[in-house]
Amino acid sequence: MIDFMVVVLVAAGLVFFLGGGVGILRFPDFYSRLHPAGKLDTSGSVLAMSGLALFVLFPITLESVLTSLKILLIVVIVFLTSPTATHAIVDAGVRAGLEPWQKPGGQAEP
Amino acid sequence: MKRKRDLAITFCIMFPFWLVLSGRFDLFHVTLGVISCGIVASFSGDLLVSAIGGGSLPKVARGFLRYIPWLLLQIFLSSLHMLRLSLHPRMRELIDPRIITFKSGLKDELALVTFANSITLTPGTITVFVDLDGEFRVHAIDSKCAEALPGEMEQRVEAIFGEK
Repeated sequence: MIDFMVVVLVAAGLVFFLGGGVGILRFPDFYSRLHPAGKLDTSGSVLAMSGLALFVLFPITLESVLTSLKILLIVVIVFLTSPTATHAIVDAGVRAGLEPWQKPGGQAEP
Repeated sequence: MKRKRDLAITFCIMFPFWLVLSGRFDLFHVTLGVISCGIVASFSGDLLVSAIGGGSLPKVARGFLRYIPWLLLQIFLSSLHMLRLSLHPRMRELIDPRIITFKSGLKDELALVTFANSITLTPGTITVFVDLDGEFRVHAIDSKCAEALPGEMEQRVEAIFGEK
């Protein structure tokens, strides 16, 4: 039962990573590429890491609980650093004067 | 007195981290942990606590505990939306990137940072620019993501820090 949940979680994480990779290649410009790059990776790592944390948790010993906690700490750190890094990249784009891609005939900037 | 309390709070936050990361509970390693946490607390003790503003610390901590599960759910839901977009064969017709601007009512610096980071964490929206007056510029991938802002998220961030 636990193994099944682990497989589901890790597989779901991989789907998000795949979507992130495909998204980076397919989106039209610098800013919209950051959306899959920064976010789908975050969701993917949350799912995959919680799967791994669950996997090492059983059988419950002090050592395995500590290892799970360390894996969860990775997620916490990704959550803190990922938006910061994304923001730094966006800021670099804005400072360089890059205009965001607009859909042809789409809504203009308000 | 206040400085001592700040040091104690920082120490109490850092020491569990030491215990988890070291994983050894014998006297020697715990003593090393106490010494290291003490040193780090002595030169960074005023960073965390003074940013929150002293007395309301437990309240802010409780607010964050209520906020984080909601944020995780939002991240998950909009990740699914984003995943669908990036794998969709006619993706270019679905997305409509734009930069939206709005004014936030938040005043507290930490609240603004929390709000900006939450926007960036939620797929579909990236904070481009914030200033101290609460002026936000956000890059949104399509109109659905753009309409969700500022909305409920701002109210929830406001609830963490109390009405200011």
